[in-house]
Amino acid sequence: MKWLQGLLGGLFLAGVSAALALTPDQALRIAQGESDARIAALNEVVVAADPALAAYVQALLADEVKVAGGKALIVRDGKATDAATGASSPLPDGAEDVVNPNRVRRELESALAALKLFSPNRAERAKAVTELKDQADEGKLVLIEKAEKTETDAEIKAQLALLKAAVLISSADRTKRLAAAQLLADSDQPATKSLLIERVAAETDSEVKAALSKTLSTVAGRLAWGERFGVLFTGISLGSILLLAALGLAITYGLMGVINMAHGELIMIGAYATYLVQNLFKQWTPGAFDWYIVAAIPFSFVASALVGALMERTVIRWLYGRPLETLLATWGISLILMQSVRTLFGAQNVGVENPSWLSGGVQVLPNLVLPYNRLAILAFAALVLLGMALLIGKTRLGLFVRGVTQNRRMAACVGVNTARVDTYAFALGAGIAGLAGCALSQVGNVGPDLGQGYIVDSFMVVVLGGVGQIAGTVYAGLGLGVLNKLLEGWQGAVLAKIMVLAFIVIFIQKRPQGLFALKGRSAE
Amino acid sequence: MKTTILSVQGWLAVFAALLVMAVVVPVLNLVVPDGSVFHLSDFYVSLLGKILCYAICALAMDLIWGYTGILSLGHGLFFALGGYAMGMYLMRQIGRDGQYKSDMPDFMVFLNWKEFPAAWAFSDSFVMQMLFVLLVPGLLAFVFGFFAFRSRIKGVYFSIITQALTFAAMLLFFRNETGFGGNNGFTDFKRILDVPITTPSMRVLLCVVSGLVLIGFFVMARAIVQSKFGRVLQAIRDAETRVMFTGYNPVAYKLSIWTLSAVMCGVAGALYVPQVGIINPGEMSPAASIEIAIWAAVGGRATLIGPIVGAFFVNGAKSWFTVAFPEFWLFFLGALFIAVTLFLPNGLVGLVNRPGGIVGLFKRKTEKHT
Repeated sequence: MKWLQGLLGGLFLAGVSAALALTPDQALRIAQGESDARIAALNEVVVAADPALAAYVQALLADEVKVAGGKALIVRDGKATDAATGASSPLPDGAEDVVNPNRVRRELESALAALKLFSPNRAERAKAVTELKDQADEGKLVLIEKAEKTETDAEIKAQLALLKAAVLISSADRTKRLAAAQLLADSDQPATKSLLIERVAAETDSEVKAALSKTLSTVAGRLAWGERFGVLFTGISLGSILLLAALGLAITYGLMGVINMAHGELIMIGAYATYLVQNLFKQWTPGAFDWYIVAAIPFSFVASALVGALMERTVIRWLYGRPLETLLATWGISLILMQSVRTLFGAQNVGVENPSWLSGGVQVLPNLVLPYNRLAILAFAALVLLGMALLIGKTRLGLFVRGVTQNRRMAACVGVNTARVDTYAFALGAGIAGLAGCALSQVGNVGPDLGQGYIVDSFMVVVLGGVGQIAGTVYAGLGLGVLNKLLEGWQGAVLAKIMVLAFIVIFIQKRPQGLFALKGRSAE
Repeated sequence: MKTTILSVQGWLAVFAALLVMAVVVPVLNLVVPDGSVFHLSDFYVSLLGKILCYAICALAMDLIWGYTGILSLGHGLFFALGGYAMGMYLMRQIGRDGQYKSDMPDFMVFLNWKEFPAAWAFSDSFVMQMLFVLLVPGLLAFVFGFFAFRSRIKGVYFSIITQALTFAAMLLFFRNETGFGGNNGFTDFKRILDVPITTPSMRVLLCVVSGLVLIGFFVMARAIVQSKFGRVLQAIRDAETRVMFTGYNPVAYKLSIWTLSAVMCGVAGALYVPQVGIINPGEMSPAASIEIAIWAAVGGRATLIGPIVGAFFVNGAKSWFTVAFPEFWLFFLGALFIAVTLFLPNGLVGLVNRPGGIVGLFKRKTEKHT
């Protein structure tokens, strides 16, 4: 019998769908009846670790199984094959679909994962172990032990041992639990920690409880650094996003004093520009799709800068020195921009795909993965900041902008065309907002309301940093990001946000001019 | 220097308005039969009631922005707080008629709460809740204003932190745990003072009360801006530093008018909620607060009649646009923001506000004294 099984297993692996090891009766019991009975039947078959079962389970999960005349049939492309014998059979008229309640579906999934533990493909085995982590129960224990014995890869073998311990820890046998507590001390998985916390709370036996607590503190200690770095990284990442969103505002508001409530919409335009470039690439050069983002960066800058220049020429120009009026007029512009985008692209969010080289991440610690897109935004924010500092500090345009900001009349007297400098400076700020939009499209939803979410935050960053202080903006952006994430871990996202806003309101009471106040004559 | 609150013609106009609100509107709606040309339909009564509440907000905004030069982007918060205080009472009035036939409001049953949170302690008493309508916005404004004005936060900074305030409050009220119905807020009201709330006569009554309150606030605001106190406010708007050097303490002046303005908004919110039948955190969104400012700006700042005109104009346009061209409402509103700031710094009232014009009635007397 064994050679027959091996042969058929080989056939299955070669892609031929045959399932003789499964008796027709078993196949039927898995497909039909009460959920509990079906699960019991499934577990009964699964322990045999028969790879032939996998095809059947897969078909069940794909809703391809029908029951007719006391037989379970796999129906694919209108052709029916007997689930147990693999023989093709005509599809009777009265065939009933097999419906899988969620509970059965979960069991089927975990059975499939358990069966994959014996796959010849290493990656597939590793994946199966990860899948089983959340859903293993004692029914799978036999399989896991069997797999551990035959496993050749040391890493997967170690993971299987952990998996076994995780199952054993909820066993009814006291000694098994005790052994599992010892085994788990080697774990460096965050899932183990939450499992242990759960078990410590539920454990009644004092000796086992002590062992569990000891293991928990070992594991928690090992994980602590990863968690700390994780919070720090997400904080800095959020900070870099805030910084990008606020940098444009640091020019338009910080340097020029224009309260631009449409700043968020300029960010949105940058994101939609990225979306357009992505679609163009998808349509014309699908081969180079991964590099669309490189083309999208300048395009989003130009798109937003043009809109910004138009805004400055037509509206903002007439309102210099009247900040409250500027605020209302730019709010009006933001409404128009939002509604235009809604009319052009629809009110729904549009999909912007990450290029493949930006998806995934680098695993630094077992519980710390740094996603590539976040890292890229961090680097991008640094580059934009550097570029902006050079532009303002080293170029002729930057000199003019600083001159006009500090003393408009004197700048005009020495021949600077102040009106043109205003337009350029505003367009620059708007363009940087467009860059922010391009970056944001890689981590969040792109929709007409995208900008609304950032406008309050961006103003907070600029105000906190001190108006007219680009260095202040950097510190304020990163600081707020980290603070927000720290509080989030403690109190949840919404309360954290409220606390940050409250903090800013209180901070401004103490230092109305921001972190880095201007001193001397230019201070009011 | 003796100034009268209103000229003789002004008082006549006020009494005419009183007459319209207290007699003409109820008669046209309740007495004149349905088919008649003069019949005022229920739809227009509820629209009028709603806009009257908005006009109160615009008037409050005018006192603080038009006369004192402080632009608040958080007045929607005070409006919503007044509305929530009223809404809590209305929720209790539902009694056992809710979906779950419980003494608790439906959303609390849904969240499986067994007893009322502390904030609901007096929610079954009409008098206490009406007191809260005044106290909650007033206290919040007082505390916030005290710290803000004392640290001399001015201009745009003040506007932006008021925006942050209402934004934070909105996030807070969105949470179910805060205890005010989360996302959905309060709705499905049945009774007020044990009288059914959806009857035509109750609708007219609420509309009339809103109108009378608006007229009352108008006369009060008029008295304020004509008084010495009001003059100091306008001086603060025009040259705060100079006012300080003349020996006045602007903080006290700004704080009083700011708190009063917040209380007026709270009252408007309390009148608004029973008429529209819903209150939710959306009223606290920054956009809602900015709209209040635009009503005042469209009508004309620093004239008391202007904001009322603005509230009627913008909201009338809104209810027409959102039916006729829903796509274009935001285009229109946005263009209005821009056009008013660029071309109509004195608002709609500024167009007709010349000696002998309609608003001249209200203006002429005072200009002699200034």
